[in-house]
Amino acid sequence: MRTLFAATLATFTAFAATAEPDPTNWDAVTDEARGQTVYWNAWGGSDTINSFIDWIGMRVNEEYGVTLEHVKLSDTAEAVSRVVAEKTAGKDEGGAVDMIWLNGENFAAMKRQDLLFGPWVEATPSWANVDVAGKPAVISDFTVPTDGLEAPWGMAQVVFYYDTARLETPPKTMADLAAWAAENPGRFTYPQPPNFLGGTFLKQALIEFVPDASVLQSPVDEADYDAATKDLWAFMEDLTPNLWRSGRAYPQNESRQIQLMADGEIDVAISFNPNEASNAIANLELQDSVRTYVMDAGSIGNASFVAIPYNANAKAGAMVVANFIMSPEAQAMMQDPEVWGLSTVLDLNKLSDEDRMRFDSLELGIATLPPAELGATLSEPHPSWMVKLEEDWTDRFGVAQ
Amino acid sequence: MPDTGLSLESVVIRQDGRTLVDISDHIAPGEVLTVMGPSGSGKSTLLSYVIGTLSDDFAASGRVILNGRDITDLAPEQRRVGILFQDELLFPHLSVGENLAFGLRATVKGRAERKSQIEAALDDIGLNGFASRDPETLSGGQKARVALMRMLLSGPQALLLDEPFSRLDTERRDQVRSLVFDRARAKGLPVLLVTHDHADAEAAGGRVHRLSD
Amino acid sequence: MAATCESHSARARFLPWAPLLTVAIMVGPVAAGVLGTLTPAFGFLPALGGHSLNLQAFAMLFDWPGITRASILSVTTGFVATCLSLLVVSMICAAWSGSRAFRVIERALSPLLSVPHAAAAFGLAFLIAPSGWVARAGSPWLTGWDTPPDILILQDPYGVSLIAGLVVKEVPFLLLMTLAALSQIRTVQARQTAMALGYSPVSGWFKTVFPRVYAQIRLPVYAVLAFSMTVIDVALILGPTTPPTLAVQILRWMNDPDLSLRFVASAAAVWQLLLVIGALLIWRVGEYSVARIGRRWVMSGHRGGATRSVRVLSLSAAGLSASAVVFGLLGLFIWSIAGFWSFPDFLPQGFSTRTWMRHSMALWPTISETLIIASVSTLIALLFTLACLEAEERHGLKPSTRALWLLYVPLIVPQIAFLTGLQTLAIFTGVDGNRTAVIAMHIIFVLPYVFLSLADPFRAWDARYGYVARALGASCDGVLWRVRLPMLLRPILTAAAVGFAVSIGQFLPTLLAGAGRVQTLTTEAVALASGGDRRVISVYALTQTAVAFLPFAIALILPAILWRNRKGLRHA
Repeated sequence: MRTLFAATLATFTAFAATAEPDPTNWDAVTDEARGQTVYWNAWGGSDTINSFIDWIGMRVNEEYGVTLEHVKLSDTAEAVSRVVAEKTAGKDEGGAVDMIWLNGENFAAMKRQDLLFGPWVEATPSWANVDVAGKPAVISDFTVPTDGLEAPWGMAQVVFYYDTARLETPPKTMADLAAWAAENPGRFTYPQPPNFLGGTFLKQALIEFVPDASVLQSPVDEADYDAATKDLWAFMEDLTPNLWRSGRAYPQNESRQIQLMADGEIDVAISFNPNEASNAIANLELQDSVRTYVMDAGSIGNASFVAIPYNANAKAGAMVVANFIMSPEAQAMMQDPEVWGLSTVLDLNKLSDEDRMRFDSLELGIATLPPAELGATLSEPHPSWMVKLEEDWTDRFGVAQ
Repeated sequence: MPDTGLSLESVVIRQDGRTLVDISDHIAPGEVLTVMGPSGSGKSTLLSYVIGTLSDDFAASGRVILNGRDITDLAPEQRRVGILFQDELLFPHLSVGENLAFGLRATVKGRAERKSQIEAALDDIGLNGFASRDPETLSGGQKARVALMRMLLSGPQALLLDEPFSRLDTERRDQVRSLVFDRARAKGLPVLLVTHDHADAEAAGGRVHRLSD
Repeated sequence: MAATCESHSARARFLPWAPLLTVAIMVGPVAAGVLGTLTPAFGFLPALGGHSLNLQAFAMLFDWPGITRASILSVTTGFVATCLSLLVVSMICAAWSGSRAFRVIERALSPLLSVPHAAAAFGLAFLIAPSGWVARAGSPWLTGWDTPPDILILQDPYGVSLIAGLVVKEVPFLLLMTLAALSQIRTVQARQTAMALGYSPVSGWFKTVFPRVYAQIRLPVYAVLAFSMTVIDVALILGPTTPPTLAVQILRWMNDPDLSLRFVASAAAVWQLLLVIGALLIWRVGEYSVARIGRRWVMSGHRGGATRSVRVLSLSAAGLSASAVVFGLLGLFIWSIAGFWSFPDFLPQGFSTRTWMRHSMALWPTISETLIIASVSTLIALLFTLACLEAEERHGLKPSTRALWLLYVPLIVPQIAFLTGLQTLAIFTGVDGNRTAVIAMHIIFVLPYVFLSLADPFRAWDARYGYVARALGASCDGVLWRVRLPMLLRPILTAAAVGFAVSIGQFLPTLLAGAGRVQTLTTEAVALASGGDRRVISVYALTQTAVAFLPFAIALILPAILWRNRKGLRHA
């Protein structure tokens, strides 16, 4: 036991000898990154995304000599737990997690607990092309400022998809949705909160039903919560008995809904990726009669980020990988509907002609709406609203009667 | 006590305060001592004591001397005492020849030499060419002969018999019994026979020690 | 004096310590882990700002609206699943013992042991879902359904489909344990005596054999009860969601971005442990009641009848559970090669090997990683087991029933109750995030199963072979290596297969000890399963099953080949 201790101490001191990489000295970062292995903890439930991550790995290896390992998670929180466990055990260096795909509540929690390395994002070369002005969500995650602690890599926007073979005109307002569900019970559902997308459905509905939208920008305890959400909960009480399985069971994440629609169990579903339906159709997972649409009230948008834990082992390598992900080459590849179809975080105007061409030549998927039809993004409410909504939802609907 | 043969000096075996065996005797080379008693009287425990595998459930004392060597405290494999049980206990995972090879002393070296000794042994008991046979395919009498040969090949200095003939039918029993006693006599081995069958005792032709109830 | 063994080698000197070491391996980590989980439950976790001991976490736990339902659910699903499995197994043994059909039933149910729980659950889920295969088979010509009916079959709030998923795997396991117990009791005489006295075979069996058998399988039954109450992967697939079972909810809290919920998760893990202990106590009390009723039944002298109906019932139950697994796997196979497949098509519209091709690259390293971990942990477990058993033999260390309980500790204490604590310890000592850590974790769970599989056959070996061998000049070691182990080849291979299957199916231990750096088929499968694409899920579930089945196949084939010329060992 003593020898083990001594060995551990020795290893730790060896790590302490290496200083933290300074993002402003990008050449030094690239040099340090060469030969490192970066363990990127990212959700592994989608073949599409996994393939894209594999491609990134191949490219960073070619360009920078960095080996990328995709640690497939069933839930982002597994990685967060890992970092917390390491902090508990006092392992402040050489951590097992080098980079995490996260946003929203996970990010807010890690930031609050000082579990992230940085700031580093704004020092990366690719940052110059990011559309900060046009896409405020890239520096404000759930209204929590990113402070350069996480790098945006994809834009998400709430869309709905439906089976045109079974439904001619889909409901474009929440009220219409409730009415349609009353006539066609059991054909709509959403992921169970506290799943991120499920919570977003609640937020989307809240935005439509709240009397005064400005209160959502401030913390929930500063507003009259009951007055603001009265109509929302009335709507939910109305809707829930007409949900799939009468609201006594829910799919646990967004991808399960695809299987439900393919099985013919539901007709309408919510998604964060405007290209998800096209992708699924191309993968033979969904019938080709499915199409996407947005609600009249607009849709909530946000960004997906990657962050580096405070005790990551390969910080330089992680920064290099993040930088590559934000590069025009990777962003165009990502936006390609045949690959993934997630929207880019870059401002196309800031790119060179050559790089802009990559984007212009992309074709839309069969079920994807052109950008014009996607409409403007609504801004996210303050994160404390989400927490309260999810708690309230669990109290009212979390235990089936 | 004389220098040759098997001597049992005040061998007392008890269980739960009850005395099962109390014997002091000497068996000369080639002689057979028959120990008789009803079932459950503990006669097999005497044999266990002599070969050194007596369970801790029993309390035992007394010395066992074989050809002048006190073997009481030796490990079983060092005692040079052979034993035959009711069941032939031929190792099922080894062929007949391999079973015999197991018994053949390691002092016999060289594959060729060992092989020829085994062949000779098989010949001796009339089982020519049986070396690669599965022991399970042999008849009861054949198995008994192989078991005997296996034991003799290990060069024992004494022979213990734990009712080894009771499983055989009458015809075989006579054959095998005579074979065993003849060989023992030929090699000058003291034999300790435990049985409840009077016919065995008669065929042995030696002294009989009866265990009290 | 007992047969002494010459102990010159270092190995021999290690032998008397083997039992103690084995117990330490199984109980030590569990105890340490439970402690590591207890402290956050009472509010102490400095990394997250918990600096004082308090009961806040427990207050929050009992504030959760679903706590009563989830707790009751855990207990009831556990009880019903265990009772049902026990009933089915007893009926099979009572009705078919000694008949030729029994061997067939045994042969048919044993391979099911190798199917990992999650794979069986996935298969079952596809079979019984309203949009599943059974519904598709009958639609629309029989049922008139164009779209799947909105019936809550899967994830129903009473946990019925969860119970079904548990029973199909527990029946083969309990059957195996019961068969091992039966071989030690003189059942033939008991049954014949009972029948001679006029009792029907079934009631005769229940009155004469069952009490003795149950005494032997009591601990496996407890393990089944604890497992049913705390299982996570099967509950995720088949169990209710509003609210989920307590074990699943603990996982949710553990995974919640709100880090303060970690405390609640730890408190819930402690509560889970208490529930398991409580359930075991209730079961124990139940045993007494059943025994009293049973005794009254015996005294009544009622001869019983109804053998035919029990025969039919038990055979149908066995057939049903076996078909559920087999057809489930078949369904998974078709999904893995399916193009688009919608309701109510009985077969997919088109086939494609695309999913297999896409994953074949990733599969091979994962398979080899899984195999390496399983082989090493099983090998070490086997070594310890054999060392223990041989030590028992040589030094007369007879294990009491108390010691047997210790064997079951890792199986009865819920994994989630001690794994997080253990993870902290692992990180602290720096032995984590690599294969060695995962293997070490796996050994804790593999060892009990290997021991249980091997102990009875090892002890039941006829010691007289040993006496003969020693009289022929073989040393103690010689007896072990040249006689005993070769004769026990089949039980050893079977125990190894069981250990393999256990290691392959481990999810939480691999995840926590491996820090995501060690990917096995199960961790990959669960991550991919979160995506919901049945094709991908099927590829991994089937691969998992195939890899787990391989050692069982070897355990069947190798002895058959080696002993093809050795009738004495053919039916060992």
